This record gives sequence, C-alpha cells and structure tokens, in this order.
Amino acid sequence: MTAYLLRRGGQALVTLFVMSVLVFVGVYLVGNPVDVMISATATPAERAELIRRMGLDQPVWVQYRHFLTAALSGDLGNSFLYNRPALGLIFERMPATLELAFTALFIALVIGIPLGVAAGLRPNAPTSRGIMAFSILGFSLPTFWVGLMMILLFAVYLGWVPASGRGETVEVLGVDFSFLTLDGLSHLILPATNLALFKISLVIRLTRAGVSEALQTEYVLFARAKGVSETRVVFVHVLKNTLIPLITVIGLELGSLIAFAVVTETIFSWPGMGKLIIDAIARLDRPVILAYLLITVLMFTLINLIVDLAYTVADPRVELEGRRS
Amino acid sequence: MRELGADTTTVAAAVDAELPPEKPARPVLRVVRKVLTDPLGLLGATIVVGLVVAAMFAPMIAPQDPYDLAQLDILDNRLSPGSESISGTTYLLGTDDQGRDLFSAILYGLRTSLYVGVASAAIALLIGGALGLVSAYAGGRTDSIAMRLVDIQLSFPPILVALILLAILGQGVDKIIVALVVTQWAYYARTIRGSALVERSRTYVDAARCLALPHHIVTFRQILPNCLPPLIVVATMRVAYAISLEATLSFLGIGLPVTEPSLGLLIANGYKYMLSGDWWISVFPGLALLLLIVGVNLFGDRLRDVLNPRFQD
Repeated sequence: MTAYLLRRGGQALVTLFVMSVLVFVGVYLVGNPVDVMISATATPAERAELIRRMGLDQPVWVQYRHFLTAALSGDLGNSFLYNRPALGLIFERMPATLELAFTALFIALVIGIPLGVAAGLRPNAPTSRGIMAFSILGFSLPTFWVGLMMILLFAVYLGWVPASGRGETVEVLGVDFSFLTLDGLSHLILPATNLALFKISLVIRLTRAGVSEALQTEYVLFARAKGVSETRVVFVHVLKNTLIPLITVIGLELGSLIAFAVVTETIFSWPGMGKLIIDAIARLDRPVILAYLLITVLMFTLINLIVDLAYTVADPRVELEGRRS
Repeated sequence: MRELGADTTTVAAAVDAELPPEKPARPVLRVVRKVLTDPLGLLGATIVVGLVVAAMFAPMIAPQDPYDLAQLDILDNRLSPGSESISGTTYLLGTDDQGRDLFSAILYGLRTSLYVGVASAAIALLIGGALGLVSAYAGGRTDSIAMRLVDIQLSFPPILVALILLAILGQGVDKIIVALVVTQWAYYARTIRGSALVERSRTYVDAARCLALPHHIVTFRQILPNCLPPLIVVATMRVAYAISLEATLSFLGIGLPVTEPSLGLLIANGYKYMLSGDWWISVFPGLALLLLIVGVNLFGDRLRDVLNPRFQD
C-alpha cells in the first residue's frame, strides 16, 4: 500500500510539474497584460516601469523559475486585477463551487440510482422507456440552455425561487455554506439541479447497465433458488455489485462537475471559482488563470488517486500496481 | 504471424474469401433506407437535412442580412414575435436589442454553428483516426504510448481543456476549431483502435501481409474500411457534442467573436433581457440549437443500431 501510494504520488507530482510548465508557457504567450492594466494615455516611461515591476521584462525561463520557487512556498502571485494573492482569491471562492458540485453529485445519486434500478429491473416497462428517454435528453441538451429555461420557468414566470446569487449563508469553521439556511437552499436548488442533469442521465445509464448485468449472474440465480426475498436480492446482491463501477465513474465525474460549474455559475451568478476564471480570461489576469488551472489539475490528480484507493477497498479483486513491483 | 499455405493461389483464395466485397453505393443505400424506415431515424434525418439546407441557403431565405448594419433599424429593437417593423415588414420571431430580425440571425447563426461543429469533428476524425489506426497496427511501445496519451487527454473534462486553450489562443473561428479538435481526437483514436485491433487478427490481414503488401496499403486499404461503421457513429454523436460545446463556450463569451455570431452567442445576447421578460431573444436561437442537437442525436442513435446492433456507445 505504501509503495503504491508513493508511486502514485510521484506520478501526480510529475503530472503537476508538466502541467505547470505547459500552462505557464501557454499563458505567457497570451497577449500583453500591460495593455489591459494601463491607461491609453500613460507615458512610455510609466509603461516600462510597470513592465519592470511585474517582471515581464525577464526571459520566460527566468519568469518560470521565479514562479515555481514562489509557488512552492504557496505564493502564486498577485492578481493583476485585484492586486491580491491569486491563491487567496481562488480559495475564497472555492467553497461556493464545491458546495454546488457536491450538492449536484448528491442530487444525481439520489435521483439517478433509483431510476436506474427501476429501468434495469423491468427493461421493457413503459416507465423504463420513459426513464431512458429522459436520460437521452439529459445527455444531449446543452446544460447552459436548460439552465436558462429553468430560470425562465421557475424564477421569472413561477417566481418560486430566486434566479441568481447564493442567498443567506451560515459560517461554519470559517467557511460560508448556503445549504444551512432556507434562503440559501432556495438559491442552491436551481443551479445544483441544472449542474446535476447530465450526471443524473449518466448515473441512470450506469445503474441500469449494472443491474441488468447483475441479474443474469449465477449468484443472483443461486440467491433466488435459495429462496432469498426479492427485496434482499435487489438491494444486497444486485445493488452492491452495481455500486462498484459507479464509484469510479462518480469520482471522476466530481472533477468534471467542478469544471462544468463554470457554465452553471455564469448563468446563475453563483460566486464560485468558475466566474472568477471567466473574468480572469476576459481580462488576461495571468496569475489568476495560472492559479485556477494549477489548483484544478491538483484537485483532479487527488480525486483520481482517491478513486483508485476507494476502488480497491470496495472490490478486493482489484490488485494494486505497487504490489507487483 | 500465422503460417499460411505457401503457394500463392491459396493465399489469393484466402484474400478473396476474407476481403469484404467491394462496397460502392449499394450497402450505403441499404443503411440509409434502414435508418429512414424508423420513425425516429426519419425524424432526425428530416430535422438535420432541413436545418442544413436552411443554413446553406440562409442568404436567400433570410428576410434581411442581420450583419449589414444598413438594414437594421434601432427603432425596431426588442420587438416581440410577429410584430411589424416601422417600415411595414413582419418580424416572424421578433428582434433583438439592436433591431435585428431574429429569424435571419438564427439562419446565419446555424451556418456558423454547423460549420464549426462539422469542421472540428472532421479534423479530429482525421487526426484521431489515423493515430488510432497506426497505433493498433504497430502495437507494442507505439501503441502503449499513444493510448497513454489518449487516457491523459480523456481524464480532463472537455470544457476545462477548451477553457485552457481558449485562454491561451484567444477568440476566433479557427481557434475554437483547434480547441474542439484537441478535446475530441482521443475519442476517435480510441474507437478506431478498438475495431482495428479486432480486424488486425483476421486472416485477410495475415494474407495481405504474406503477399508483402506495404504497411500503408494494409492499414488504410484493408483494415480501415472495416473499421468505418463504429467510427461513423461516433463522428455523428461527436458533431452534436462539438456544436453543443461551441455554443456553451460562445455563451460564456470565450468562444466565437461577436463578428461571427453562432447560436450560442445569440442566446448569450438575449440572456440579459430574459429576466425582464423579453424571452424570445434567447428562446428561439436556443430552440434552433436544441432541434439541431436532438436531430443529429436521433439520426446517430438509429445509425448505430443499423450499423452494428452490438455496438454500444
């Protein structure tokens, strides 16, 4: 286990380093941030002074070295725009995004698994066909468009829930949460459902496939022959074995939820990291772009690692790579 | 390689027996007929053909050129669907905030969306397809390196990759096509590699190699045609995804520039006015986008069933 962890940790570090170089060089090539920051009437001397102060007159590798040494001590530079540490800006916004992503994941599981089991148990029933039709729609409709329609229907016409913002939050351990207040919940439900739609379809499909596969196995046949009640067959024998592949996919999908939150946050004005990065791209705020990308890559690498570990816990048949070497 | 009878006639006979017969128009027609006999397949095909024709002939169908400022009248801004302009013509689907006829804007937007979607899918297919094919044929180290690359690419969600690329490249039609190609080539590579690996172990490939045919003939003339069906299905679905992703990126304001408005940009324009009740500016371009994506998906879904009943996703 330790060897495996070390190996995966090493791999993660290499990935991070390569990504940091790629992203840094890429972002370095983007336009000239000075143009955005300085007024058109500035004198050439003022301009040169700003370039020097930002270190933009140095060669790329020198800039990268400075960046890396600073990054290792937790300093990803100051935002050009807000003149505050980029990392701080990201961490400030991160809880909002994570809250949205986890709520969406929760909704996807709570709605997707029962529907998937229902569709898998009776594949030819009209309800199952309806469920599958819904999942095709969930897959093919663009998330942002569905989000707009949800605002139009539930916020503008019916007026049931607010269309934007986070609402009232409660501070727990220094972090704000929306889901602890009624007002916050009413703000959260629409964006979270919107973000969850695609994942609900995915969970339905995976669960259905797993259930119909498990139903044909010999252990289910044996359990039924033994006279085990149908409820127990479904919930213990079938569902348990369906959940294993679900864990992997869901873990990986958590990353994609965080990435897709960019869209949902923009539509619903949810003050998370996604809105921050869109603004940063529009204004060439390099440190914020860099910090966002590095943090996201870091999160992805961590999530992948955790998923691999969870997988081995859930399914003892999976062998860890490290054991063999 | 497996041993075959040494005399060339046996080999030639084996080639004849194993090589699928020439497939000119007939099988294609059969496939098309089969897709069209299914009501959903027919619906999808009709929607797609209708929208493609509308987009192609947009300059002739559209009542006005939405990007010729001389034809716009700012006094006609945000008129509701069916209302009359001050010069007496009717705006079928209403106008946007600059007095632009939405019906015309949608037709022109369809052009951009279709172009970007199809072009990026085609380029990604060429690059990913060639890579997957060569990777499966070469095997060994080449294969494992190529597939490792595919795995890494697929472990990042498309929207994130596109976001990074567009942050670096900036806006523009060519740039968004590059971003879409980068997010999609891996799907094609993986699909074609899967089917090419199966084909590679068939006797006709052994026979072709016994005849000492050059590698490029074996891969592209012998193996490739047999890998096409799943590739075509994936390509259809990917076009829909590319269109949807482009619309999303343009909606976020990091995709296409305002000078080349796709459906996504039109939707973004109307979004500002939606909360104040002017729903049509966003809703109609959105419906067009929806129709396009659902149409392509319906067609692709049926195509998958026809081309290979066992083929999943």
